[in-house]
Amino acid sequence: MNHAELAENFIKDGERTTWHDETLWFVRKKRDLAAFQIPEWEALREAASQIKHNGLSHMHEYLIAFEEKATANGIKVHWAMDALEHNQIVHRILKENSIAEIIKSKSMLTEECHLNEYLIENGVDVVDTDLGERIVQLREEKPSHIVLPAIHLKKEDVGETFHQHLGTEKGNKDPQYLTEAARQHLREKFVSRKAALTGVNFAVAETGEFVVCTNEGNADMGAHLADVHIACMGFEKIIPERKHLGVFLRLLARSATGQPITTYSSHFKKPRPGQQMHIVIVDNGRSQQLGREDFRNSLKCIRCGACMNTCPVYRRSGGHSYHSAVAGPIGSILAPNLDMRKNADLPFASTLCGSCSNVCPVKIDIHDQLYKWRQVLVKEGHVPFGKKVAMRAMTFTLSHPGVFKTAGKMGRKMMGLAPFTVSNGLNPWYKQREMPAPPKESFREWFSKNRNGQ
Amino acid sequence: MKVALFIPCYVDQFYPQVAIATLELLEKYGCDVHFPKNQTCCGQPMANSGFEHLTQGCSDLFVENFTGFDYIVCPSGSCTLHIKEHLGVPGIAKKCYELIEFLTDVLIVDDLKVKFPYKVGLHQSCHGQRGLKLAQMSELNAPPFSKVERLLDQVEGLELVNLDRKDECCGFGGTFCVAEEALSVRMGQDRIADHLKNGTQVLTAGDMSCLMHMEGIIRREKLPIKVMHLAEILNGAEISVAEPVS
Repeated sequence: MNHAELAENFIKDGERTTWHDETLWFVRKKRDLAAFQIPEWEALREAASQIKHNGLSHMHEYLIAFEEKATANGIKVHWAMDALEHNQIVHRILKENSIAEIIKSKSMLTEECHLNEYLIENGVDVVDTDLGERIVQLREEKPSHIVLPAIHLKKEDVGETFHQHLGTEKGNKDPQYLTEAARQHLREKFVSRKAALTGVNFAVAETGEFVVCTNEGNADMGAHLADVHIACMGFEKIIPERKHLGVFLRLLARSATGQPITTYSSHFKKPRPGQQMHIVIVDNGRSQQLGREDFRNSLKCIRCGACMNTCPVYRRSGGHSYHSAVAGPIGSILAPNLDMRKNADLPFASTLCGSCSNVCPVKIDIHDQLYKWRQVLVKEGHVPFGKKVAMRAMTFTLSHPGVFKTAGKMGRKMMGLAPFTVSNGLNPWYKQREMPAPPKESFREWFSKNRNGQ
Repeated sequence: MKVALFIPCYVDQFYPQVAIATLELLEKYGCDVHFPKNQTCCGQPMANSGFEHLTQGCSDLFVENFTGFDYIVCPSGSCTLHIKEHLGVPGIAKKCYELIEFLTDVLIVDDLKVKFPYKVGLHQSCHGQRGLKLAQMSELNAPPFSKVERLLDQVEGLELVNLDRKDECCGFGGTFCVAEEALSVRMGQDRIADHLKNGTQVLTAGDMSCLMHMEGIIRREKLPIKVMHLAEILNGAEISVAEPVS
């Protein structure tokens, strides 16, 4: 199903849609409150954007520098061309250590690479330790939001899921009770598992260290107890110098949830004695995106999710309607790079209102890129045939004033001219909306009668 | 001052009263207004649908019709933005103004002398606001301003409604309104609910496209809100709705 159909299904539950919209709008308002307490907020955004710009422009040098430092610090650096190679590398590290059970903190990259499915197919048990991720994992769902993976669920839903999988009381939806149950369940995994996988928020070229931000401390708990720590990152996570964290850490949590900073911003620089630390640096289409001038800036993304929280479309269609690891406006400009045919609907799942670009802490021109992706997708032929015919007919009418006038006269009777109806036989406009009442004459007719035939 | 009136295609065909109000307003402030009669459409509906490459005919026609004027004025932020950003003719783009900004920035209108004793709910159309910067955007940490409100403040008796969400999109979005019909309508319903909750009697905006969408829902659901373009209010339209404020 495409975004429009998935959104229509989501909206059928009107009350839940209202709840979802209001919940995310609340997060947007928290973001505003936090951001507006910083007088230099807009300057910070600009600085972050420029630092990322520098990073993208010197990606090769920074990655090499990072590898050199990280290796010197005792970290093993791996390079993965695509999702499969990434998954194979992770699996190989586990096999070499005879490990068949791992824990994992939040990493959108591993979602993008479908790592869980790959490991499970290869006999490895994976437990996600971020609370929201664990909830969706137990339900065999995908995260619906990059920061708030279970934001599509109400506490009743979580109560039912925990009742089924963790044996909590039926009908108990008390958040504290449910969180405690998850805590006990996860504690056992933290203590017993030998390998922990984490994501990477920032990788510092200058020092070879990387920073992982969580609110639950689950990445730290996993990494500090495990014999093997594997950190996976898309190559765009690189930042030039450690001091630049002073810009990004201020922006990240404020943009994401309205907190001044994430509860845990943990720096990993070298393995503990006896511990192994691996970093897998993944391309998976990023080089290609870096080469697309119009879309290059999308790689500045620091995965804060602010564009989702502000997006009037996302708030009313839910993250799953984007059928891609990263949902929302940013997902819609990243996904076509990975698979144009499969994700051709996503850049059209927007009104181009522009709110996303305004909240973006690294100033990605998201709505302009949505517009540009539309042009690319049409040219590459990923557009329904009917739409193509309609657009050609409309172009013909609108390029010929004589045709426009005649069609307008007839159209006001038949309502066939309006640009919003042409691509459709059955006119979806009318399903829930009245058509404009047709006036007796157009403005041009009125003008020639009333302004001396100018 | 020789001004060309650029009337969006759907306004020409469905909302002539908006074009007439625009014309009269400009004439009232001394403009020599022309309506190039072979104009059709700016090409935005095609371009926003990904068919920018088909719009050359529309663009050529636009340039042909609108060359030789001091200013080009349009009662739509969205169409104006398209001409400014996508036509690719700088000489035309810099002369093209949306009606509101033309009134505040070029004609410097500071004494409208009109009356409109109603509770007015202002819909901030996205392209006018975030594209043309007609008003400060709620996402930014920057000083507030609003060109529209500067004009509405001059209207006697007009009471501007405070909305819960002052600049959320209505869900029209060009072909989005039919391609994502369910979502588009839901967005429109939510916007209208905000206006109903806060007492809007007359819903207005600088873009008739947003209003056409919301009016379609208002009429279908038989809601007690009247819909008018800003040009009509600023031109001193007299209407009757239930319960004027004073």
